[in-house]
Parts: sequence; structure tokens; C-alpha cells
Amino acid sequence: MKKGNKRLIISLVFVALLYAAGCLIEHTAGTKSMVVTVLQKGAVYALIAVSMNLLNGFTGLFSLGQAGFMLVGAYSYAILTIPMAKRAAVYQYYNGGWVQFTIGVIPALLVAGIVAALFAALIGMPVLRLKGDYLAIATLGFAEIIRAIVQWDTIGPLTNGSNLLKTYPTLKNIMPGNTVLFTFIVVGVCIGLILLLINSTYGRAFKAIRDDEVAAEAMGINLFRHKQMAFVISSFFAGIGGALLAMYQGSLQANSFKSSMTYEILLIVVIGGMGSVSGSIMASFLFIACSEWWLRFLDAETVLGNFKVPLLAPGFRMVVFSVVIMVVVLFFRKGIMGDRELWELGSRRGAKGGRK
Amino acid sequence: MSEVKTNVPVLRLENITMQFGGVVAINNLSLEVNQGEIVALIGPNGAGKTTAFNCVTGVYEPTNGIVEFHGKPIVVNHPQGKMIKQYGGINGDLYKDRKPVVHTPDKITHMGIARTFQNIRLFKSQTAFENVLIGTHLRRTSNFLTATFRLNMKEEKAMRDKAMNLLEIVGLADVANELATSLPYGKQRRLEIARALATDPTLLLLDEPAAGMNPQETDELGEFIVDIKNKFNLTVFMIEHHMNLVMDISDRIYVLDFGKQIAEGTPEEIQKNPVVIAAYLGVDEE
Repeated sequence: MKKGNKRLIISLVFVALLYAAGCLIEHTAGTKSMVVTVLQKGAVYALIAVSMNLLNGFTGLFSLGQAGFMLVGAYSYAILTIPMAKRAAVYQYYNGGWVQFTIGVIPALLVAGIVAALFAALIGMPVLRLKGDYLAIATLGFAEIIRAIVQWDTIGPLTNGSNLLKTYPTLKNIMPGNTVLFTFIVVGVCIGLILLLINSTYGRAFKAIRDDEVAAEAMGINLFRHKQMAFVISSFFAGIGGALLAMYQGSLQANSFKSSMTYEILLIVVIGGMGSVSGSIMASFLFIACSEWWLRFLDAETVLGNFKVPLLAPGFRMVVFSVVIMVVVLFFRKGIMGDRELWELGSRRGAKGGRK
Repeated sequence: MSEVKTNVPVLRLENITMQFGGVVAINNLSLEVNQGEIVALIGPNGAGKTTAFNCVTGVYEPTNGIVEFHGKPIVVNHPQGKMIKQYGGINGDLYKDRKPVVHTPDKITHMGIARTFQNIRLFKSQTAFENVLIGTHLRRTSNFLTATFRLNMKEEKAMRDKAMNLLEIVGLADVANELATSLPYGKQRRLEIARALATDPTLLLLDEPAAGMNPQETDELGEFIVDIKNKFNLTVFMIEHHMNLVMDISDRIYVLDFGKQIAEGTPEEIQKNPVVIAAYLGVDEE
């Protein structure tokens, strides 16, 4: 018990240091700098990746619906927080829209999660009876359907059809100068809750289902109820993540929530390690740093002296990414962390992920 | 062998028939397992023993028949739909006025029937301790919110104590933090039994608990089964091929061949029974 407390304190101090570092970086480098962009988007993706990991890595449900739930969350948030004064301008093609009230940012984030969770509960009922690849296809289909429905003209007064949603509170204008701190706090609380859940008796039941469904059921675990629970909780946090992404982007359009977004997150989860929260977090910062910053040069045509570097052209970044995915899947199937956590590395139990 | 034996049936199968398409895997099986007994189900490979277990635990839905647990019907079924025409067993219309009762395996475990598996099914990414701990999940009173916010600390601690206690009883306390699948075979078998005990069963179903064990391990296992049976006031129903083990610890034996019950009796009776010898023990020399 004492040892556990010590580890907890070290972890908390570590997290506090990370927060302080994030704050410091923003204050020295400025909100518009590349590193702050990476910290913001990386944190948002970390939350979404961890929520996906809860489902794919911890419960063993191969779901590809994450972009759909993010979209639901993002739209819920944006629709509810656009200031009254600006609604007429935003919903100019729909007479100012149906929703004629505004709620605060934090309540709106919660509602974003809850609406996504409700969708998940509804969709989960038929879909969670499927297994493996079939579940993946069904959830992927759902995400695409949601994207189409949101752009449907008939519900335009609610969703603004295929037009942009904008002028809702974004990261930049709710805590000016402390955007990283705000993102880190929201993401930190959410991931903290997921961690608490994973380490509770329900989290153990999820892992049991992942390891062996037949045995889990024979141990008295109601498969459907627990799968539904994991699905709904994962979607809840994906919804909040989607809302944060909307806050990061500053404007919102359904078309950006394509299935490729789900694959990006899946890639993060795989690189980080299926079943490792800390792995997902590290991988998402790494991924965002690479895609937004470090590997940008791959997309730019470069001329060194008189020599035009071959291959460097717009789109080449994605080629490199694809190769990285293949290398990871072929040679580092367990990702950065396997199914261990950062804070378990030193302990005896930490040996469990490694192959002998 | 033990003193708590009575004639009160804990588990009763009545005219159970299990048919897969046109194949009748179990034909009209009736048996009783009484309070405090160790009853063995034996028979050649493919006789339908594990199928019978799966009918009891809710993995399969028998085509016809009744399973009663502590006098309460937990499974009732009769041929329905196109199975009426296809039905190849007997007593097909015996229960046609009864309402079918079906439960999922987790519900059956809730009622107090725990099982182990023929090919060990431990949670492979978990330690021995965690494997047993998962078995305590079904008796929880917390929901996911109280569990997440750690409002169930007392219950959580009770779960952990119970799991550790069980590991001590089965003699695995020293390997509690080892990965379950890294344990030697015999210990994995014991761990599976400990995990089943964590669900607070009154009836324990063991599917070939001694499979793959050497004679010495088998003897130890026999003592172990009798031991936990007395300690936890259990009734044991097991499938087993090791005849020494079966003859040593069972109170009664049922013999199954080609889905049909061919004999029933005490170990002495079964050993002398010419039908059993013909079907099972005597015919093919090994």
C-alpha cells in the first residue's frame, strides 16, 4: 500500500511538472508558435486516442466509429455555444436556426459527451452483437452515415447543413494566453477518469472480455452490458474530444470528420500500444508533432543549391506515414508501450507485457 | 467420503436432448447430482460429455428437456420451428406445453454454477491474482460510477482479500503476481478452480481437471478436489478420463456413449458393469 502511494505521488508530481512545462512553453514561445499548436492538438488527440484504446485495447472491441462520435460531440458543443448575437450570421441560410439559447463552455463540453454517449447507446444495441471485423465495418458505416446526416438540408436549422459552424468559443478566446493549460486540464481530468475506470473492477471485467469472452461469460460477466458500457463511455470521451477539436480548429464542418481521422487515431493507438494509456498519450504527441511540424518538410519542394531533392512534393508526407505504419505493424506490433504503463515499468508486474 | 452428503438433488437433468442440425449429440439424458456428492460423467471421446456441461451452463440451448438447479428450472426447452420435423431424439412432445426457459452463461453463474474448461481458459494478460479477482466481479454492488470514483473502497478491499485468500487456499499465494499463463500446467488448473470458486458457487463443474497431468499430479488433484469440496460446502460434477481419479473420489458415476447414458452407479458397480466394459474400458486396448 505504501509503495503504491509513493508511486501515485511521483506520478502526480510528474503530471504537475508537465502542466507547468506546457504553461511555460506557451508563455515563452507564444500562442501562435508551432510547439503550442502541437501541444494543443496533441492533447486533444491524446484524449480521443485513449478513449479509442478503452474500446479497442482494453475491451477488445474493434470499433472504427470514433470520428462519428467526435463529430456528434463537436457539433453538440458548437451548436450550444454560438453566442446569440452571432446566430443570425452563422445560420444565415436557415433563418437563424432552431436553437435559440446558449450555455457555458464546460456544460457544453459535458453535453457534447452525453449526446455522443446517447448515440453510442442507441447504435450499440444492434451493433455490439457483432464481433471482430463485422463490428469494425458496422461502426465505420455508422460514422459515415452520421457525417451524411449532419449535412442533410432538412436539419440544416440545427446543424447548418454543409456550411461552417463558427464564432463559438474557441481555445484562443476562452483562456487567452493559457490555451495549453485549459486543454491539458480538460484532457487530464478525462484521462484521469478513464484510468480510474480501467483500474476498477469494471476495467478488470473489460480486460477479461478482451482476453477470453467465453471464460469471462462463465465468470458471470454479462458480455452485452459490459460491452455496451465500454462503448458508451468511450464515446462519451470521444464526444468531449471532438468538442475540444472543434475548439482547437476554430470552425467546424462535418466533412473534416472523415474515416481517415479514425485511422489516424487508430494509428496512434497502435503505435502507442493497444492497452496502454500512457502509450496512447505519448504516441499522440509524437504523431501530431510529426504530422504538423517535423515532417512538414516532406511536403515542401526543396532545392538545395542547384539540386532539386527528389520525391519531396505535396502528399509525400502521407507516403512516409504509410511506410511507418507498415514498419510498426510488421516489426513493433506491441507499439511503444505494449500493454504496460509508464508508471509500471520499474515494478515487477511491469514485466508482464514483455515476451520472453 | 464426506459427511455432508444428502439425497437432496442440487442439479437434475431431465430428458435432455441436444441436437445440432441432424446430429443428436445427447439423447434423452437424465441424471441427478445430490448435495455434497462428487459425481463423475465418463465416456469415450465424442460421447457428448462436454456438450452436457454446455447445456447446463447455458452455452448451448438444449433441444428438449429440463435442467433444474436446487429444484428450480433453469433451462426448459422443447423442439420448436423446423426442429419439430427434424427432431431425432425421443420424448419430443413431453414438454411442449411448458414455456421455454433460457439463460445466458453469466446468469447461470450468478445462480451458483461455476465451471472450469477442458482446454484451460485463463485471462492470459492478467496475473494469477487478477484472474481470481475477476471472478469476484459478479457479486459486486457498485456500479461503474461508484467504482470509478472509488466510492466502493470497502467492497474493493473485500474482493481483493477474498481473491488473495482463495489463492492461499489453493496454494498459489506465492505466484499471485505472476502472469497466469506463465505458470506450470498443474498450477494453471488449480488457478482455474480458484477463479471458479471466486464466483461463490454451490455447484462446481470440472471439465477434465486432470487432463495432461502425470499420475502424481493427478493424485494430488484428487485430494485437492475433495478438500475444497468440504471446505466450501460444494457439490462437484466432473468430466474425467483418468479412471484412477474417477474411481478414487467419485460417489457416483454416469457413463455416456454416443450421447446416451449407458450406465449409472457407484465406482464399484461401474467397474463391474459389462456394458461399460464393452463400450469403454474393455474393447479397445491401449
